[in-house]
Amino acid sequence: MIGYVFRRLGQSVIVTVLVSIIVFLLLHSLPGGLVRAQLGPKVSALAVHNLAVQEGLTKPLPVQYLIWAWHALQGNLGFSYKMNQSVGSLLAEYLPRTMLLVGAAMLLAVALAVPIGLWQGQRRNRASDHVLTGTMMALYSMPSFFLGVILIVLLNLEIHAFPSTAQNYGQSFAVDFADLVLPVLTLCLGNVTYFSRYMRSATIDNLLEDYVRTAYAKGASSRRILFRHVLRNSITSTVTMLGLTLPYVISGSLVIEALFDFPGIGLLFWNAAQTRDYPILLGVILVVTVATIAGNFLADIAYAAIDPRVRYT
Amino acid sequence: MSDTLPPAGIVGAAAVPPDGELLVREGDLVVSAAAVAVSPGVTTDSFQVTDAGTVRRATSPWRDAVAVFIENKLAVASLVVLVLLVAFCFIGPLLYHTNQTGSSLLDASKAPGGAFPLGTTPNGRDELGRLMVGGQSTLEVGFAVAILATGFGLVYGLIAGYFGGIVDAFLMRIVDAVLSIPFLFFVVLLASLTIPNLFLIILVITSVSWLSTARLVRGEALSLRTRDYVRAAEGFGAKKRWVQFRHIAPNLMGVVIVNGTLKVADAVLIFASIGYLGLSVPPPATSWGVILSAGIQNLFDGYWWQLWPAGALIVITVLAVAVLGDGMRDVVERRLQKR
Repeated sequence: MIGYVFRRLGQSVIVTVLVSIIVFLLLHSLPGGLVRAQLGPKVSALAVHNLAVQEGLTKPLPVQYLIWAWHALQGNLGFSYKMNQSVGSLLAEYLPRTMLLVGAAMLLAVALAVPIGLWQGQRRNRASDHVLTGTMMALYSMPSFFLGVILIVLLNLEIHAFPSTAQNYGQSFAVDFADLVLPVLTLCLGNVTYFSRYMRSATIDNLLEDYVRTAYAKGASSRRILFRHVLRNSITSTVTMLGLTLPYVISGSLVIEALFDFPGIGLLFWNAAQTRDYPILLGVILVVTVATIAGNFLADIAYAAIDPRVRYT
Repeated sequence: MSDTLPPAGIVGAAAVPPDGELLVREGDLVVSAAAVAVSPGVTTDSFQVTDAGTVRRATSPWRDAVAVFIENKLAVASLVVLVLLVAFCFIGPLLYHTNQTGSSLLDASKAPGGAFPLGTTPNGRDELGRLMVGGQSTLEVGFAVAILATGFGLVYGLIAGYFGGIVDAFLMRIVDAVLSIPFLFFVVLLASLTIPNLFLIILVITSVSWLSTARLVRGEALSLRTRDYVRAAEGFGAKKRWVQFRHIAPNLMGVVIVNGTLKVADAVLIFASIGYLGLSVPPPATSWGVILSAGIQNLFDGYWWQLWPAGALIVITVLAVAVLGDGMRDVVERRLQKR
C-alpha cells in the first residue's frame, strides 16, 4: 500500500511539474508579453523596460521558470494590478466558496446516482430503466447554463422558491444556503449522468459475479444480496469516478458561477478573462489544476484502500 | 460453392484434391489460419477465415456493420435527425431568405407571428433564420473538432504505443497534465489570448478534445499487441512499424470511430458554453450558444422564442449524436464478439 501511495504520488508530482511548465509557457505566449498585459498599450518604452528588468523578464527562460516556480511554491502567484490585490489573497477569498459549491454538487450527484444506478442495473431493460436512461441522457445533453435556466424558470420564476442570483452571497448563513441551492442543483444534475451510468453498469457486472450466485445458493434474500454485496462492490468503483469527473465538475462551475453570479473562482476567472487580467487567469488555472490532481490522487488512494486488488496493478 | 484460396498451407491436407488445387467449402475447418498471419476480418477473395478457424462466405465488413446498425431503430432515427439538422442549417437559408447581416431595432424582440414565424432576436433579426446561421457554425465546430481531434489523437496514441518505454511514459504524462486542467478554464484562457474566429475556436476545442482519443488508442494498441495475429506477424519477422500500422491501426478503427462520434457532442456542448461566456465567432455570424445566451439576458421579459428553440436545437443535436454513437458502439462490439 505504501509503495502504491509513493508511486502514485510520484506520478502526481511529475504531472504537476508538467502543468506548471505548460502554464508558464502560456504566460510567455501572451500577445505583447507579460509587461504589456500589466501596463496596457499606452506606456513608454522605458517603463516597459524597467518593469521587464524588475520582474526578471530579461533573464533566460529556464531561469525565469525556476524563479516563477519557486515563487509559486511559496504561494506567490503574482499581483493583479487591475484588482489591486495579490493573486494569492484573491484565491484565498474565492477558492473556498467554489470548493463548497463543487463538493456539495458532487456529494449530491453521488447520493442521487447510487440509488438510481442500482435500481436501473437491477431492472435492466425494463420500462423504468429506459425511462431513467432517457432522463439521464437528456440531462447530459444540456449545456449546463441551459439546465440552470430551466431550474431558474421552474424554481424561481414559477414558484419563487430560491433566488436566481447569488450576488448577496456571504451575508448570513440563511442567505448563503438559499443562494447555493440553484447553483448546486444545476451542477449536480449536469454531472449526475456520469455517476449513474457507471453505477448501472457496475451493478450489472456485479450481479453476474460468482459471489452473487453463491449468496443466492446460501439462501440470501435478493434484497440482502443487492444491498449487502452488490451495492458495496459497485460503490467502490464509483469512488474512482469522483476523481475522474472532478475536472468536468470544476469546468462546469465556471459556467454555473457566471450564470448565478456566484462569487467563486470561476466568476473570478471569467471576469479576469474579460479584462485580460493574466496574473489571475494563470494563477487560477494553476491552482484549479493542482486541486484536480490532488483530488485524483486522493480518490485513487481511497480506491486502493477500499479495494486491495488495485494496488497490484 | 467452392473457390480457390490463394496462399498454400491454409487448409489441412484432407481438403487438397488430387489435381493439387486448394479447395474449401463454406464451414470448412482451416487448420492454421494464424500461420499465414491473416488478421481476422481480412478477406481473401470471397472467403473469410474466422478466429475459430472455420471458413465462411465473405460478406464485406461494411455490409455486416450496416446490417447490425439498421437493427437499432433509435440510432437510425438519430441519423435521420442529424441529416435533417444539417439540411435545416445549410439548405434552409437557401429556401428561407432573411436579412441576417443588418439589424433593425424597430423589430427588436417581436413575438412570433406575421413576417416572423419564430419572432425576432434582441437585434431585430428573424429568429428562425438566425437559428439556421447559428447552427452552421455550431455543426461545423462539432464535426471539424471531432475529425481533427480523432486524427491527431490516433496518430499520437499510435506513436506512444509504437515507441513504448520512456517516450510512451513522457507522451502520456503530457496527456495526463493537460487532461487534469479543467478544460473550460483552458479553453477560455486560450480563447481570451486571441480574438476568436471559427478556425481558432475549432483549434482551441480540439486542443482539449484529442486527449481522450490518444489515451484510448494507446491503451487499445497495447492490448492488441498481445493478440495471436499480431504475435504471428511478429513471428514471421514483420517490422514493428508494419505491425503497428497494418495490423493494429485498422483494428482500432471501430473504437476510434465511436469515440470520435461522441466528440461531436462534446464539442457542441463546449462551443455552447464558451458562447455563453462571450467567446464565439465574430458577428454577423453566430452560434446556438450565443443565441441562447441572448435569450437568457431577456429571460425575465418572457421572450420564450429567444430561449427554448435554441436550447432545444442544442439538446436535440447532442442527444442525436450520443444515440448515434451508442448504435455504432453496438456495431463495433458485435463485430468483436463475432470473432
